[in-house]
Amino acid sequence: MAAPLIELRHVGKSFAAVRALEDVSLSIGRGEIHCLAGENGSGKSTLIKVVSGVWQPDQGELLIDGQRIESMTPRAAIAQGVQVIYQDFSLFGNLSVAENLALSSELQEGRKLVSWRRVRQIARQAIDRLGVELDLDAPVETLPTSGKQLVAIARALMSDPRLLIMDEPTTALTGREVAALFRVVRDIQSRGIAVLFVSHKMREMLEISERLTVIRNGRVVAAGPIAEFDEAAITRAMTGQEIAAEGYRWEPSPGAAPLLEVEGLTIPGQLEDVSLRVMPGEIVGVSGLLGSGRTELALALFGMRPGYAGRIRIGGREVRLDSVQRAIGHGIAYVPEDRLTEGLFLAQTIDRNMLATSLPRLSRAGVIQPGRAARDAAGMIREMAIATPTGDRPVTQLSGGNQQRVVIGRWLLNDPRLLILNGPTVGVDVGSKSGIHRKIRELARARGLGVLMISDDLPELVENCNRILVLHRGRLVSDTPVEATSETALGEQLAALA
Amino acid sequence: MSGIAAAFRRHPELMVAAILVVTVVTIGLVNPVFWQPSNLFSLLRASVITGILGLAVLLVMLSGGIDVSFPAFAIAAMYLTVKAMIAWGFDSILPAFAMATGIGLLLGLVNAVFVHYLRMIPLIVTLGTGTAVRGFILGIVGTSQINIDQMPQRLIEFGRGQLFSVTQADGSQTGLSAMVLVYALIALLVHLLLRYTMVGRGIYALGGGEEAARRVGFNIRQTTFLVYGLAGAIAGFAGLLHGAMIWTANPRDMVGLELDVIAAVVLGGASIFGGRGSVIGTILGGLTLIVITNSLIILGIDTTWQRVVVGLIVITATAATAWRDRKRIA
Repeated sequence: MAAPLIELRHVGKSFAAVRALEDVSLSIGRGEIHCLAGENGSGKSTLIKVVSGVWQPDQGELLIDGQRIESMTPRAAIAQGVQVIYQDFSLFGNLSVAENLALSSELQEGRKLVSWRRVRQIARQAIDRLGVELDLDAPVETLPTSGKQLVAIARALMSDPRLLIMDEPTTALTGREVAALFRVVRDIQSRGIAVLFVSHKMREMLEISERLTVIRNGRVVAAGPIAEFDEAAITRAMTGQEIAAEGYRWEPSPGAAPLLEVEGLTIPGQLEDVSLRVMPGEIVGVSGLLGSGRTELALALFGMRPGYAGRIRIGGREVRLDSVQRAIGHGIAYVPEDRLTEGLFLAQTIDRNMLATSLPRLSRAGVIQPGRAARDAAGMIREMAIATPTGDRPVTQLSGGNQQRVVIGRWLLNDPRLLILNGPTVGVDVGSKSGIHRKIRELARARGLGVLMISDDLPELVENCNRILVLHRGRLVSDTPVEATSETALGEQLAALA
Repeated sequence: MSGIAAAFRRHPELMVAAILVVTVVTIGLVNPVFWQPSNLFSLLRASVITGILGLAVLLVMLSGGIDVSFPAFAIAAMYLTVKAMIAWGFDSILPAFAMATGIGLLLGLVNAVFVHYLRMIPLIVTLGTGTAVRGFILGIVGTSQINIDQMPQRLIEFGRGQLFSVTQADGSQTGLSAMVLVYALIALLVHLLLRYTMVGRGIYALGGGEEAARRVGFNIRQTTFLVYGLAGAIAGFAGLLHGAMIWTANPRDMVGLELDVIAAVVLGGASIFGGRGSVIGTILGGLTLIVITNSLIILGIDTTWQRVVVGLIVITATAATAWRDRKRIA
């Protein structure tokens, strides 16, 4: 049997006192799609950096084609045919597609001058090789995420790699774009190029990869052909615990009045005659393709689309939600999709982030009462089980899942009646994810909170909602109790709309 | 219509060009004196120093930084050079400009050291170095203005040079300053550097994303030193040129000029977030700013309003480009 393309033997790597990798062995064959799974902080990134030569391992050895590599550097890795596509793609938004493609090869060749004709030629070849259509003159920042990813892949393929490492490639893609990406990945594979797919999304791993390696706390905890795994096994390996799908059962209490009633909500060009109601304690899922109007629905309910037409009643009383202040006043809370840019003050402490919307309540004559503020923040850190010793740490030190808990906790301090969550667990790892889900269900059940959960993640909706709405081109196309649907049925419905 | 909108988006220079044309036509309609060759030549002459300094700021802004130290560097280079010319008794042009450029280069490299090695915010670094250099010149080198009677003769002759002259309707002669040619030459060199060399593209790449630039193989340190060093060198050169054009060397000159220059560059379509802007845009932006501020007199507006106009231009132009860039990023 031929030697594998790349092999790690008993690799260890420490940073100061922290062991990032311990006794990790991994081998990737030629033209194989290999999936590396693990939660945030499990050592995935360190492993990628060892393979791509950014960091030298402290122990163990690295072999390529069966030959031991004494010292791997980024340059040597590239020369050996290892290319990494980072999560942020490392592209230049201000430069054209053509220049983004040509820059690195021009630099590698040590060119000093730029010939724009050659830049276009190089770019044209790279794009043709990938077999996709892209406007070479468009600035990269004007492309959608999937387009940027294609540019990054095309660029990586230019140097004739033998191993392409893709770090969380599906994070910002819609279901359809993921399918397109997989076609590209299989096409790459068919040319004998191995792909190391780094992910924490189980469904995707099962669909695309041939072999799987799961790491946890820097150690390999499971490895083998993908056929030996199912979702539960991967989750168990990644988290070290059994996370069962629990589902959310909701019984209408007799005589309860609807919390939210929306009638004929219309925003020209975005939403068309949407009517819905949410009862106390209900978790209502909202799904739909990008551009279906689901985010606009959330924004309208949060007072950010003041020009809407239609009627909105909260607790039976007709209200006009034409400003965020007014929406908050009526007990509506919104956790946006992009918590890093829209939801958190990254330079501030956990406490300050937590209290951001509670300040009027905690103030007397415009002066914040520090004692009450500290008590409230500490209480919520406990209630949301945020992993931090104290609230005066910078919020950036928290993991994605804990940051999301801070945003949710902030709104809970306001005692909302309706919580709108847009992509509540995007970029959050499996263990944290189920913790957040449990918390949301608990809140709905215990506080009688109404929840609107907008998500691309169909299993998430099916597990947590008692009813699922589907929007398409601004219209509500279906409203189904969760018992009457399934992930597959929803997936097919969405695919049919696309 | 959408074709025009797309053209504007891909070539922001068209926007500045349009603003310039509208401004010129409007002013010309209000007071036809505007079209007299003497006025046009004087505007072109006035745009030389702002324009050259604008090229220095453009380099820094493209890389994602900002520079407010260049007027101080320009004045320091000019004053030191003129002092040296008088003290050592040399008045040849080339060594003089080489010296001024060299002083500017060294000062610019100081900025680069702070920005690169100490990872400090460029605005704070250049505020600090600019203020310190001004203080140093006044405190140690001298506070007295060197007037035309002491200025090196050849420097004055150089600054006086004309490309050609024409006879106006009233019979008077008016000429176009040859300094316009110097400006054009520097602009061409900067344009070629930015557009057709890898180091030039490296400046754009750095402004587009430092980490990405590093990963693709650009030398960040080299680029940073190039940007601030070159900006300092251009400023030093422009300082001496300024002295040659006004026949005096005043160590307290150019105070507050940084705002005019930044206004011109931003008006020319450069992004305050870095990575976007061009030499052509900067030239047009500089011309527009000069035309507006220098035409207040012939428009019958009190010149005290000049600072108000500059302030408003900075705010509107920055708001417009920031709005444009944010829309792109979103």
